[in-house]
Formats: sequence, structure tokens, C-alpha cells
Amino acid sequence: MARTSTRLRHAATGIVAWAIALWMFFPILWMFLSGFKSEPDAIATPPHLFFSPTFSSYRDVFAREDYWHFATNSIVISVMATLVALLVSIPAAYAMAFLPGPRTRLTLLWMLSTRMLPSVGVLVPIYLLARATGLLDSRTGLILIYMLTNLPITVWMLYTFFREVPVPILEAGRMDGATRWQEVTQVLMPLALPGIASTGLLSLILCWNETFWSLNLTSSVAAPLTTFIASFSSPEGLFFAKLSAASTLAVAPIMVFGWASQKQLVRGLTFGAVK
Amino acid sequence: MNRTAVHPPLTVHPAGSAAHTRRAHGFVLQSPAIILLLVWSVVPLLMTLWYSVRNYNLVDPTQRGFAGLNNYWYLLTDPDFMTSLKNTAILVGGVLAISVGLGTLLAVLYNEEFAGRGIARILVISPFFVMPTVAALLWKNLMLHPIYGVYSAMMRAVGLTPVDWLSRYPLATLVMIVTWEWLPFATLILLTAIQSLDTEQKEAARMDGAGMVAQFINITLPHLSRAITVVIMIETIFLLTIFAEISVTTAGGPGVASTNLAFLIYSRALLQFDVGGASAGGVIAIVVANVVAAFLLRAVARNLET
Repeated sequence: MARTSTRLRHAATGIVAWAIALWMFFPILWMFLSGFKSEPDAIATPPHLFFSPTFSSYRDVFAREDYWHFATNSIVISVMATLVALLVSIPAAYAMAFLPGPRTRLTLLWMLSTRMLPSVGVLVPIYLLARATGLLDSRTGLILIYMLTNLPITVWMLYTFFREVPVPILEAGRMDGATRWQEVTQVLMPLALPGIASTGLLSLILCWNETFWSLNLTSSVAAPLTTFIASFSSPEGLFFAKLSAASTLAVAPIMVFGWASQKQLVRGLTFGAVK
Repeated sequence: MNRTAVHPPLTVHPAGSAAHTRRAHGFVLQSPAIILLLVWSVVPLLMTLWYSVRNYNLVDPTQRGFAGLNNYWYLLTDPDFMTSLKNTAILVGGVLAISVGLGTLLAVLYNEEFAGRGIARILVISPFFVMPTVAALLWKNLMLHPIYGVYSAMMRAVGLTPVDWLSRYPLATLVMIVTWEWLPFATLILLTAIQSLDTEQKEAARMDGAGMVAQFINITLPHLSRAITVVIMIETIFLLTIFAEISVTTAGGPGVASTNLAFLIYSRALLQFDVGGASAGGVIAIVVANVVAAFLLRAVARNLET
């Protein structure tokens, strides 16, 4: 008796949970399907659930815009910004976690507060500075800015992960005569690798999807996929199939990546506060 | 702006003083990050402050010189500005309330056992990976378009007249779109937090006759408080500066009905070329963010201690 009621409850939970999941995912699924429709199929009313798939929209998108140019920019900028951010924040987080001074806590909070400054508040000076230094519409410019905006988050995350590493292990290494450099690269980094990985993952996703600076500071040379997709907003936005194909192309790499690294990511996103 | 006082001074110490070597090492290792962030946060801020008291229009070179507080005065007396402040508050507050509230419920739901749980979870969190411009275009065109959108078709199917959501209810629709992007994030974090909840404790409460609701309020919710702080902090950082969603869907309109502070400054700076006015707006945006940050950081600092 009790067993059937439990089973019933599981079934009911399952139905509700799946309904919500499908509703949340539906726009993405619809975008994916619409990319394989012909334009008339894509705007048919009522919408066509069944249709004969075509690659014509994808062909059009590739013909109109140089997708690989934008995709390469996205990859290069996200990866480089993440690597540089890790390079700068690993030593900083190490020092804060293992050589804390009286003001370490204050420094950490100050770093986080810089992330809360709205980008738009400094849009004008950054735009003018970028123009003056020739960094406008350049990969280097975006890499620099993405690195800087992510720095507080990467330092914070690494700090919380490093604090989970037991100090005696590091001390044992030092007893054996390890230098500071060896301590970090040969003892700490292997131990904290999952934390470093999830920090990198989050940074990659944030860089890939960053829209404010990429829309305002790039036009063609350094434009990543966010700019590519914005060019479809009007008037081509009314060509639903092409828009869907382009959107799918912009989102797919990071989404597949996100699915694959979901578990790692959670650790990072929670700043180690939730285990 | 004397922020250099924040970290210990670098001085030469006699060899053999281990504590001092430690401090020196700590300082050297931290300094690249600190110097970069210091430059990044102070230089543009000072420039913004400077421009905000100048007459500076990129297309009107005759207007130059000191403007005093005129830019601020224009902005603060501009009804658009008050609207944008109100819209910012509605966007941040609305999305936070829905995503945290609903996210908690969804976290409880997806913690239950049911068939295909792993896949359902992945589907729910997927919108988090969609870039803002795509999310906005997707909803604007494929979902909510008054003629071709799927939602309009559904409304027609049940005999209703489709609504042009983005022009009739621009702000509410934006809250919905942005919630779709951030609800998965809240769910993901809170779900992880719930998974670490001690099942024995819940079992004991159940034995004592506590109902589902009592269990939720007395055990689950307190356990989640820290995770909820994390969600609120991270979401606020991003919600205060929502830009792409507005730019792509309504361009702040109709009128200024869906213009938030970020978009107002953007339109002043890059559409009207009014650097002075935009900078004054920037300073105000920074002040607003700092007020919010002060509250949030206090909560975070508490978490840091435990």
C-alpha cells in the first residue's frame, strides 16, 4: 500500500518536473528545429511541427557572414582572457589563502566590489581610451577587458578552493626543501586542479556570452559571435530560419561544453560555499 | 582614493626574519592582480568624474569647457532618468524575486526521484548557456512575435487574440525573458545545496510528524540561506547592468518604457554623443551600484567568516 503511494508520488513528480523541463528547453529546441526549416516553413501559422529538413538556411548564413571568423574570435578571446586571468589570479589567491595578512579580507571584498561597478558607468572613458591606444576593435583590447572583468571572480573562486587544501601538505613540501614556485606548481596546483578547472570553465562561459563590451568596442576585425548574432536582429530577424541557424551556430559550442562540464561548473559557481 | 593603504607596505627587512619574508612574498604574489584591478577601477572612474563636469559633445566641438554640475542637474531633472531608475529596480527586483522563489521550488522538485531525472535537469539548466543576444532574439521573434510566434499560435489555437507582448508590456516581458535566462542558474546552485542536506535530519523530522511544508520551512530553507546569498549576489551583479536584452528587443521603448539606467547612459553616449551627460549618468550608476554592493558585501563578509 505504502509502496504504491510512493510510486504514484514519483510518477506525479516526474510528470511535473518533465513538463517544466520541456517548457524551459522548448525555445532552444524550437530554435534548433527552425534552423532546418525553409523560410516559409519557419513562419507558417500554425507552426509546422513536421517539415522536410533543409540545410539552405545554414548555407545562407555561411554565405552571408564569415562564421568562422567570428567563431575564431570568440574562441581566441575567451581562451586567452581565461588563461591570463588564471595566470594572474593563481599567485594572488595562493598568497591570500596561505600567506594572509591583516588586510587580506578587506582586499578580497574590495576586489569583489570592483566587479559590481556597472560597465556602462565607465563606457565613455574605456571607449575613448581604446580609441586612443588603437585597441578599439582589436582582440587584444577585448582579451584585456574580459580578463579584468573576470579577475575578481577568478581570484575569489580560487581563494575558496585553495583554502580547502590542507596546510600540512604544503608544509611537508616546504620541509623537503621545495621553493615557493615548486610549492605552487607541484603541490598546490595538482591538489586544487578541480577547482582551477571549474574556475576556468566559468570564466570561459562568461567570456563567450559577454555582450556589453563586445557590442560596443568591436565592429568587424575582432567581433566575436555575440556581435555576429546581433547583426541578425534587424531586419533579417524576420527571416526566422536564417536567424535560428545563426543562433544555433552561436550557442551550440558553449552549450555542449556546458553540458559536458556541468558538475565541475557547479563547484565553481557556488564559490565553494555549497558542497 | 587612497587605496594603496589597503595592502602592507613593501619594505626591506633584515634577512632571517621569516615573518617579513612571508609578507614580502605575499605582497609580490598579490600585486599583479591588485595593481591591475586598481588601475582598471580607478582610472576610468576618475575619467568619468572628470567628463561628468565638462561640456563635451562628440559632434558639437563648439561646446567645451567646465560645466559644473550642469550635467547632473540635467540628468536628475530629466523625467527619463527617474523612469530608468524605476525600471532598473523593477528589472533587478522582479527577476531576483521570481528566480530565487521559483528556483528554490524547482531545486526541491528536481531533488526528488523520478524517471529521467538527469536529462530533465540538463534541460532545465540549458538556458543559462544561451548568450543574452540569442535569448532576446529567440523570445522576440520565434516565441512572442504577434503573428509568427509560437505563443501567438497557441493563443489563437485556444481562441484568444495574440498580444504584441514587447510593445504592450515591454518591462514585464523583459523580466520574463531575463528570468528565463537566470532561473536555471538559481535552480542549479540551490539544487546542489539541497543535495548536501542531511537526509537523516529530514527523516527524523518526518518521523516526528512534520509535514512537507514544515520540513521545507524548518530544515530546507535555513540550510539554503548561504546558497541563496550566493545566487542573489551573482545575479545582482549581472542584472544591474542588463543591456543586450533591451538593446535587441525594445531598444528601450516604446518611449523609455523599458529603458534602464545602463541603456539610458548608452543612448546618451553612443547615440546622442553627449559624453558629459553620459558620464554624469555613469557616476550615478556607480553610486547606485555601490549602495547595492554595500548591502550585498556585508552579507558575503558574514559568510566569509564561517
